[in-house]
Amino acid sequence: MSSAQTPTERGYFGPFGGRFVAETLVPALEELERAYREIVPSDAFQRPLRALLADYVGRPTPLSSGERLRAELDPGGERLAALFYKREDLCHTGAHKINNALGQVLLAKMMGKTRIIAETGAGQHGVATASACAAFGLPCEVYMGELDVARQAPNVARMKMLGAKVVPVTSGSRTLKDAMNEAMRDWVTNVATTYYCVGSAAGPHPYPSLVRDLQRVIGDEARAQLLAKTGKLPDAVVACVGGGSNAIGIFAGFLDDAEVALFGVEAGGLGIDTDKHAATLTKGRVGVLHGAKSYVLCDDDGQIVEPHSISAGLDYPGVGPEHAELKRTGRATYLTATDDEALAAVKSVAEREGILLALETAHAVAALPRVLDALEARGGKRATIVVNFSGRGDKDLATLMRRLEPSEVGS
Amino acid sequence: MSPRIDRLFAAARASHRPVLVAYLCVGDPSVEASITIARALLDAGADLLELGAPFSDPTADGPVIARASARAIERGGSMRAAIRVGAELRKTSEAPLVLFGYANPVVVAGERATVARVADAGIDAMLVVDLPPEEGAELRAEARARGVDVVPLLTPTSSAARLEAARAGASGFVYYVSVTGVTGALRQGGDPLADAAKAAAKVREALSLPVVVGFGIDDGAQAERALGDGGADGVVVGSAIVKAIEAADGDVALAAKGAAAVVSAIRGGL
Repeated sequence: MSSAQTPTERGYFGPFGGRFVAETLVPALEELERAYREIVPSDAFQRPLRALLADYVGRPTPLSSGERLRAELDPGGERLAALFYKREDLCHTGAHKINNALGQVLLAKMMGKTRIIAETGAGQHGVATASACAAFGLPCEVYMGELDVARQAPNVARMKMLGAKVVPVTSGSRTLKDAMNEAMRDWVTNVATTYYCVGSAAGPHPYPSLVRDLQRVIGDEARAQLLAKTGKLPDAVVACVGGGSNAIGIFAGFLDDAEVALFGVEAGGLGIDTDKHAATLTKGRVGVLHGAKSYVLCDDDGQIVEPHSISAGLDYPGVGPEHAELKRTGRATYLTATDDEALAAVKSVAEREGILLALETAHAVAALPRVLDALEARGGKRATIVVNFSGRGDKDLATLMRRLEPSEVGS
Repeated sequence: MSPRIDRLFAAARASHRPVLVAYLCVGDPSVEASITIARALLDAGADLLELGAPFSDPTADGPVIARASARAIERGGSMRAAIRVGAELRKTSEAPLVLFGYANPVVVAGERATVARVADAGIDAMLVVDLPPEEGAELRAEARARGVDVVPLLTPTSSAARLEAARAGASGFVYYVSVTGVTGALRQGGDPLADAAKAAAKVREALSLPVVVGFGIDDGAQAERALGDGGADGVVVGSAIVKAIEAADGDVALAAKGAAAVVSAIRGGL
């Protein structure tokens, strides 16, 4: 039996997952799977990882509560009892991505690999991997779509400062999926020496499980912190979903708590009734992209369509297979938020809570009114909600300045 | 399993004549043109055609075939179009045809439905690049039922265990990838084609199937090395044909002539 948390031997979460790769990569994935089963659970891996998460990343990250945003969402105080933020934006390098990158680079080192490659969209996984590689003394190359290189310039500069080589990808939509294509081509070519540090809970088995396990520290901490603060579990946990690593990380801590509703929020772009969005679970179909069977955005011929989102980190036409299974079983609910709603949410959280969120994360905040409606429809009242603040927005300042009216951002 | 493929390799073996496999990307420069080019490749001495179904995200292909795929998709190329081209060729030719593509178009259209269309078109085999032997159970079951071969890929990274995994569902022939890399990749040190010839002999022994060697074969001398001394049963020419078609810049007659010239040059040297 496979459940959302324990995939089958071949990496299936229900009907989703597996290993759809060219034969050249199968031995490398088998090697990684052995390392995942033997090295990752060992003390030799877990002890240094825990130390790094504490002393290098700054874990545990706080669980803050937000009164001013809560009051804006529910002025009457009838629907929303409390709003908590899991502060992954306070991680070293500015997002949850470092939890996974550190773990995988440590694993690569223990496997004897001498070169690390990664793909990145918003640049957060690229910066995290570049940092981890610098700390471990390993060379790092990061593939990044040309469009993302332009819209996330600060992160490109950071990666370069950290000693990584940034390779702009000019094929296809010049965004995250194309960066992943190019990283896979590099890996096929250099498989003997190179470790591919995948940034999301996507890709061929065992990546979705490995990345989930490295990110579940978010959910485990949040659960313990909320119990310590309030003595009870939340009514709902909300996170944004692109490939889905921050969401699966926080969900993992609550999957066994049936009374906790789980909400993932996808990028609605210009609207999910247009063709300019990245709402893969909401509008996609079952297919195969980047090594796993899951939902994909594609046409009737099976050609992947170019997604759209204002946030580079959600601008991806696939999604991790475990999310597909959580959708199928109904354990998690997937909503969307548009570009404009995300922009408004960045502004709202900045002005009311003094936290500048990443555009990706802002999608989760933007969907909170819909989450409240959904909880009410299920008969809940005065909900306590935890939102995963997966990353901070410094990287998005150029977009924010351009898109928000001057009067809206002060003068 | 497919009688056309079995007959081709049996006859080639009996006459010590290597099999020449030619790849083309269906839809580049147009679906109609692909029919013309395919016929020119057969006339020039290709024994078996791989009809490439262009995919938007061809992660196993290098820049030459990736560019051709993007052009082809713009001009109506797809898995369905590649199957249509196969059906059209079958009206006038008994040459074995292999549908070559990626998993997503198959999964989206349905594994069984795709195999049924392939069989109805008279296409003899399928090669799905990102479908290792552990995946695609429905496709394999339907292919067995309809007499369509599912051609496995093996590579220099394949262990004895991978050979064993491939053996279970393999029929027709085996495609041995000569380099650890994408299509059209530069060779890295050593003599991978000569190594491939040796590996091909072992694969043929282990799987009891004919073996063709592909990736990085552009001319007769390279083909000779890949064939070794009775190592491989045949060679695949892909990127060189696609490059010739690209160089013709949309001129169909010139594309057919250029593609045919690549094949006849290699055929002549064997």
